[in-house]
Amino acid sequence: MAEKFLMPKLSPTMEEGQISRWLKNEGDSFEAGETLAEVDTDKATMEMTALSDGTLLKIIKAGGDTAALGEAIAITGKKGEDISALLEEVSANGSAKKEEVKEVQEPKAAAETPAKASASSPASAPVPVSAQPSAAPTSASGNGRLIVSPIAARMAADNGIDLRSIAGSGPNGRIIKRDIEEALAGGQNTLSEGQRTFTASTVVGASPFRDETASRMRQVIASRLAESIGPIPTFYLTVEIEMDGVLAVRKQINDNLGDDAKISVNDIIVKAAAMSLIKHPWVNASYQDKNVRFYEQADIGVAVAIDEGLITPVVRGANLKGIAEISAEVKDLAAKAKAKKLQPEEYTGATFSISNLGMMGIKEFTAIINPPEAAIIAVGGATQTPVVRNGEIVVRSIMHVTMSCDHRIVDGATGAKFLQTFKQMLETPAMMLV
Amino acid sequence: MQVLTIRDALNQALREELLRDENVFIMGEEVAEYDGAYKVTRGLWKEFGDKRVIDSPITELGFAGLGVGAAMAGLRPVIEFMTWNFSILAADQIINHAAKMLYMSGGEFNVPIVFRGPNGSAYQVSSQHSQALEAMYANFPGLKVVMPSSAADAKGLLKSSIRDNNPVIFMEQETMYGMKGEVPDDEDFTIPLGVADVKREGTDCTIVARSFTVPQALQAAEKIKEEFDVSVEVIDPRTIKPLDIDTIITSVKKTNRVVIAEESHSFASVGAEISHQIMENAFDYLDAPVKRVSTAEAPNPYARNLELAALPSVDKIIAAVKEVCYL
Repeated sequence: MAEKFLMPKLSPTMEEGQISRWLKNEGDSFEAGETLAEVDTDKATMEMTALSDGTLLKIIKAGGDTAALGEAIAITGKKGEDISALLEEVSANGSAKKEEVKEVQEPKAAAETPAKASASSPASAPVPVSAQPSAAPTSASGNGRLIVSPIAARMAADNGIDLRSIAGSGPNGRIIKRDIEEALAGGQNTLSEGQRTFTASTVVGASPFRDETASRMRQVIASRLAESIGPIPTFYLTVEIEMDGVLAVRKQINDNLGDDAKISVNDIIVKAAAMSLIKHPWVNASYQDKNVRFYEQADIGVAVAIDEGLITPVVRGANLKGIAEISAEVKDLAAKAKAKKLQPEEYTGATFSISNLGMMGIKEFTAIINPPEAAIIAVGGATQTPVVRNGEIVVRSIMHVTMSCDHRIVDGATGAKFLQTFKQMLETPAMMLV
Repeated sequence: MQVLTIRDALNQALREELLRDENVFIMGEEVAEYDGAYKVTRGLWKEFGDKRVIDSPITELGFAGLGVGAAMAGLRPVIEFMTWNFSILAADQIINHAAKMLYMSGGEFNVPIVFRGPNGSAYQVSSQHSQALEAMYANFPGLKVVMPSSAADAKGLLKSSIRDNNPVIFMEQETMYGMKGEVPDDEDFTIPLGVADVKREGTDCTIVARSFTVPQALQAAEKIKEEFDVSVEVIDPRTIKPLDIDTIITSVKKTNRVVIAEESHSFASVGAEISHQIMENAFDYLDAPVKRVSTAEAPNPYARNLELAALPSVDKIIAAVKEVCYL
């Protein structure tokens, strides 16, 4: 049935929102979890994601328009549905008409919707068409409760199935035994024993505490990272890379460049990673619900620390770009990130990420995958280290790189082969010309 | 094994118990010379005479009280109500005397009495004569309530009821008197009170039915198997009180879905009690709310079409099973 899509409450203090832009056009169909539009709120630019499958039948508030909380901004439903009555209602009521909208508990909902949450954005806010704080709309009733038959709840608990990832087939979307059996038969949505213990918390005594409202960015980081480590079976591979070759090449390049164009070791790492990714398509991929998505170019997310947290601007097509170009782009993106001027498309949709804490004295660490990417590398600092070469102890600049891999697509050997190529590129930088 | 109607199985049970124990006697309206309004006592007066098979006046409260007194004095009366509808007139004797005597006499007086007769609807006997009253009697501590649905159960349970030292409400069903079934020949064949019977085994849904609705439930189960390949288990508690809830719970834990079919009205019915006990004991095993099929919330109509619309039916049970199985 066609219905009005109301301006959702996306922050605790929000009273109105401005449509930044629609990502769907009238007539486009969408799936649950897909982003329909970006909305500028008093806090941040938020993505409005669809709670259920449907079609965008009519846009009432276009990009740039402002709508009060609960005001109709669009009409959604099934293709070809008659929406004249709804349109009349909307125009009759004018823009004054507000319908009650409950606040969206965004971080909570995001954290509880692991694999299905929107693929590309660190700010995927579920949209309360009927004020449901759940991203599994078919399982939720009008009042936002997840409806589950007792035996289905029990089976889900026994098998470590996240009920919010199940679409209920009973009345009002009730999740019933059959739904769990199907999920079990499909082998989906089941977490391993180890992962199930992840959310358990151990409380030792009662400590005094103070509560500070988490910043929007902190909330997004929290939900995204929890979203990652929960459902993604991650393993780690560490490799030692001799960086003397890279350091020499960097010196040669920088000697020939102006001060404002000098490249960093990290720029070379970005390039090496991008070129290695093209040779190892399984690492430059993303595990989707039932298929594996392979990307044709290497869009590298580069983690940048900023005052309130971190953000990963994306160097698009890094495999196609020269190191100087990559360097300029990273500088530009990092500056924008620090000024909080990044546009969503500049920090979403990477195919692979790099986090480098070498400049902060970290020798080796692990990073958390940024879904839906398949892997991320954590780059430590290159340190002068005595190593044995040809039977003699020599000093080399050794850098530790640890790759976190989504085991659903990247197997141990796949990851190891990628790291071999990556290591070879860096140890013999001329290979990047090949 | 002999094949008997429920009527004849009851008759056999009465005859055997009259023979077995000289303290057993039968009393009620038309039970002797007329062989009983539904011929359950056929031939017994001729065989056992005036002292053992006694025609009473049309005085339910009177002969029920006479029975209670006789039981207190050591006899084992079997009191027939022409239908359980008439027992309402005798309710004071049943509820206030038979049910409470053992307790209120500090254990001095057992009341080994059986009140029996047809319960529920018949063929167009209208509102006052079509009531299923088991919930009322099952509500009172001190009474056992038995409702057989087959010839063998009728015989085995009636014999156990007569031998029981407590008052037993034994409810038959008029439209089922002619139903035939195999009955063990053994004269000492009894079925203990308080033991349910799995009338049909299944894995996907449990129907708890009693008396009138048991044959309907079995038919419904057969049709559902054919049409939807859903396997239905049919359980007949046979004794409403004490209730064999364990057998029901075991079944529910297996099937996860329950339909309760009963001829009484739904409000505060035995089905409501069973449903509650399932919720209490097997909540975590349910895949759907327990569904009941009961008689419509109205005095039972006289008109045949309305009567059929009001009563439980095979189709109504099938619809309920489909609902709980999400078909």
